[in-house]
Amino acid sequence: MSDFPWQSAFEIRDQVAQGGTSAVEVTRAYLARVEELNPMLSCFLTIDHEGALAAAAQVDHGRGAGEALGPLAGVPIALKDNLCTRGVRTTCASKILGEYIPPYDAHAVEALRASGAVILGKTNLDEFAMGSSNENSAFANVHNPWALDRAPGGSSGGSACATAAGLASLALGSDTGGSVRQPAAFCGITAIKPTYGRVSRYGLVAFASSLDQIGPMARSVREAAQLLEVIAGHDRRDATSAERETGEYLTACGRGVKGLRVGVVRDLIDGLQDSDVRAGVVAALGALEQEGASLVDVSLPHAEHAVSVYYLIATAEASSNLARFDGIRYGLRVPGKDLTETYTKTRAEGFGPEVRRRIMLGTYALSAGYYDAFYLKAQRVRTLIRRDYDAAFERCDIVCTPTTPTPAFALGEKTGDPLEMYLADIFTLPPSLAGLPAISTPCGLSAGGLPVGLQLVAPPFEEEALCSAAQAVENECGLLGSHPPALA
Amino acid sequence: MADPKITLGQVLHVAKLARLTLSHEEALQMQVQLDAILGYMEGLDELDVSDVPPTFHSIPMDAPLRPDVPERCSDRSETLAQAPASEAGGYAVPLVLEVDS
Repeated sequence: MSDFPWQSAFEIRDQVAQGGTSAVEVTRAYLARVEELNPMLSCFLTIDHEGALAAAAQVDHGRGAGEALGPLAGVPIALKDNLCTRGVRTTCASKILGEYIPPYDAHAVEALRASGAVILGKTNLDEFAMGSSNENSAFANVHNPWALDRAPGGSSGGSACATAAGLASLALGSDTGGSVRQPAAFCGITAIKPTYGRVSRYGLVAFASSLDQIGPMARSVREAAQLLEVIAGHDRRDATSAERETGEYLTACGRGVKGLRVGVVRDLIDGLQDSDVRAGVVAALGALEQEGASLVDVSLPHAEHAVSVYYLIATAEASSNLARFDGIRYGLRVPGKDLTETYTKTRAEGFGPEVRRRIMLGTYALSAGYYDAFYLKAQRVRTLIRRDYDAAFERCDIVCTPTTPTPAFALGEKTGDPLEMYLADIFTLPPSLAGLPAISTPCGLSAGGLPVGLQLVAPPFEEEALCSAAQAVENECGLLGSHPPALA
Repeated sequence: MADPKITLGQVLHVAKLARLTLSHEEALQMQVQLDAILGYMEGLDELDVSDVPPTFHSIPMDAPLRPDVPERCSDRSETLAQAPASEAGGYAVPLVLEVDS
């Protein structure tokens, strides 16, 4: 294999299809790399040697028998460990699900298997996807491959790290308030948060059901687009799954941006404290303009309230969703003197500090006397955030901001202050609250050599526009060809 | 110092509602952290949203019912295998009612 481990998913598939290599050979090579580097990076929680080699052997067998190969035939992929995989431990990086083995596959996992992808294993995350640094995992801290003392971002930090470090070709994460985009920005890769309803949530362990979406993560825009094509589509097992035709995301990458109106949230970009992030965004805007897009100033006057709104709505939904973890039907049970004490002991011992904090906040926001003042008010302000985008999209086709206020912060830097950690999500939260599709793609490196991410947001179900624009950015200021220095 | 947004007593009450036990030390720390977060959230009070409808669903969609057709569900033994305790084809739970045998 040439250019291992950095060759694209397309190159791997072509090689496997043409017989230049076998899927088993590719899989063995990646598994060996995972074994070698995971002790340093901690991005995988479970490595599924047996399952991966069996899936690869099936691809090779299919090829030998002359069957048509799927679009991801032989391509090694990593899955965030909140996606249910039949027969393979799915922990959500929580002690409460430490030994849980799902009896079924998530919809997205079924779609991957049908596409010929080879699932290498399950990746680390903030417990139940609650966090922005991956430091809330009950098992281990993931390290950013660009600088090991830095956070990989969260909550899909394991998936981002594995992809950026060449431990997998592609990965899936989940995004509730930025959980694929922010780690993608920190680790120098591309990730898409699809429109709410674009990808079935069947088999994704629920965090905040009105916000959760599964999203593709990859080292290039085209690979992320291909992966989205594989996992998107209607699924009747998710009542919120949209009955919309899947777009041609890969084709859209080649469409260019001539005539595209890019909305620039000027006050927000001018207000950036971090000069590296500002420089990256300015370079990306220059690239878009040079490729034929026009820039239009827009504003999102209520975006500043997104942190409050999100941390009320998401925690309220989480407090309800996580009520199911009570030590009765699955996972950990810590016996008490009666049923109530069994619940409380199980939950106190099974959940980590951040999950407990969010359950507390959400329970408070929904509790008698506080519902109107907190939860309902947040849902009303959410309407204002949606209207901001409606107004912006009358003037432009996509809205552009950075993905994060700074490049990757240091591990331990924000763990002492939960509110400070929440505030770092300021740019990724507004599109989540509005249900809109968004992409994060690299737009340069900081002076210290850390990736900077650009976020593009489109109207509902317009993921194609995101792919076209992100490709133009990647062409001019992407990181293709530069890999984390310690691992290249 | 201004009045706290949430008192220690409220923290303990909410913990009870959420079925969580907190040690005294954990409750104290939780009170400080939630107080800071709720204090920040007071920023929402700048906005008068009494006339703004809430958004419970970001993307408007119908919630159509699927045809009511019986189909196979997951295998019972496989599902029960994940339970901390099971007995006689069901979940085994701590005794809820005392019964005379």
